[in-house]
Amino acid sequence: MGSPMQDYDVAVIGGGLLGSAFGWGLTQRNLRTVIFDEGDNAIRTARGNFGLVWVQGKGVGMPEYARWSLDSSLQWRSFADQLQQETGVDCHYERRGGFVVCLDEHDFAANQAALETLRRESADQAYEFDIVDRAELKKHMPLIGDVVGGSYCPNDGHCNPLGLLRALHTGFINNGGAYRPHNHIVRIRGLQGGGFELSAADNKVVATAAKVIISAGHGSAELGAQVGIDLPVFPDQGQVLVTEKVERILDYPTNYVRQTDEGSFLLGPSSRDVGYSLGTDAATLGEITRRCIKAFPRLSSLRIQRTWAALRVMTPDGFPVYQQSDSYPGAFSFACHSGVTLAAAHALQVSQWVQAGTIPDRFQAFHPRRFHV
Amino acid sequence: MFKRIRSIDHPVAICFEGEALVAQAGDTVAAALLSHGTIAFRQSAEAKADRGPYCLIGNCFDCLVEIDGIPNQQACRVQVHEGMRIERQIGLTRLKVDDES
Repeated sequence: MGSPMQDYDVAVIGGGLLGSAFGWGLTQRNLRTVIFDEGDNAIRTARGNFGLVWVQGKGVGMPEYARWSLDSSLQWRSFADQLQQETGVDCHYERRGGFVVCLDEHDFAANQAALETLRRESADQAYEFDIVDRAELKKHMPLIGDVVGGSYCPNDGHCNPLGLLRALHTGFINNGGAYRPHNHIVRIRGLQGGGFELSAADNKVVATAAKVIISAGHGSAELGAQVGIDLPVFPDQGQVLVTEKVERILDYPTNYVRQTDEGSFLLGPSSRDVGYSLGTDAATLGEITRRCIKAFPRLSSLRIQRTWAALRVMTPDGFPVYQQSDSYPGAFSFACHSGVTLAAAHALQVSQWVQAGTIPDRFQAFHPRRFHV
Repeated sequence: MFKRIRSIDHPVAICFEGEALVAQAGDTVAAALLSHGTIAFRQSAEAKADRGPYCLIGNCFDCLVEIDGIPNQQACRVQVHEGMRIERQIGLTRLKVDDES
């Protein structure tokens, strides 16, 4: 590929965790790549992330997604090491496994059933997890409260998601990629004979490229429609609380709480349909706090330093949507709400799909035609 | 360094790292310490470097001190009171684990 007629081999629309991972991966493959990003008034989902690199419990009903999360997790260590070597940015990835903490019997049974389903649905029946009781939780996490038990998965971990984003941006630029913020792309036009022309709101053409990736989060549907891509995504709001910083005392990430490399605890998660609102509210924050304090009572003495809301890029079944346009080959679109977990796979594998111009058969399960049955 | 634009007319006695200081009633802890020439409020956890007030409006969390035995307090957001004892905060504080009984 690489028609000299076009400014770039690939134009990536969206500089969040997906677009940045693709951009970095494409420049590693020596493709001339540009990332168009909006400004700070954009819906910056990548700035609000909880930071889990998480496999446990994901993909019930879609074994391809369970496997894809595992694939990414298995590549994460070397991915993070490579990023750090090349950019000097440490995204503080830790991979000791993670715990799901279950607050009551109902939670416990549902979690166990989900994990057993995942094992049954996995191709090799080797999906890894252990069901653990409270004593086992206490052994690994002395802070644990009066909970029923939970589960452990060795493939889980966590990182500093802002560090990850910065590492990807730095690596992309170091590799010769063009990062162009404050460029809100509103129009994609397929060119006669292949390639695409991208325009901003003032109708000014800002670039041409042989291929285009739409990874613009909540802005993707509108762009996709212009090149024959159907992208059913909607916002799902999550809120997070952050405590003051203390010495490391929680060695594992969990489904409710993790302690960051800097010492603060993140408390989550929540899920609400409030359109594009980024407002936090007492009821949601209170419910998050109640669950986290039940799981780890000792956290109740910590000062809350910040709270925020972010908008997951949600799909009808919660699984990723990956596709190449049938009517405009070379136009790809990728959307999901697991941009941290999947960062390694996005950077290392999806960039190869785009280079080759085809999404492998194994990943056809992620095509949105699954919503039209 | 900072100079007061008005002299102290409502003195409040405070103590910083064992040293007796006089502040004006209504001062924040940050204002009181800065007016005495102190800029190193804490030591960072990673780099072990001195840190002090940066934003003075509660956003940056760089002015953290221990006040009356309670760590991680923002000096820019707490007002002085008579007899207040302030210590520099060195690195991260500890969260104690309760023994199970």
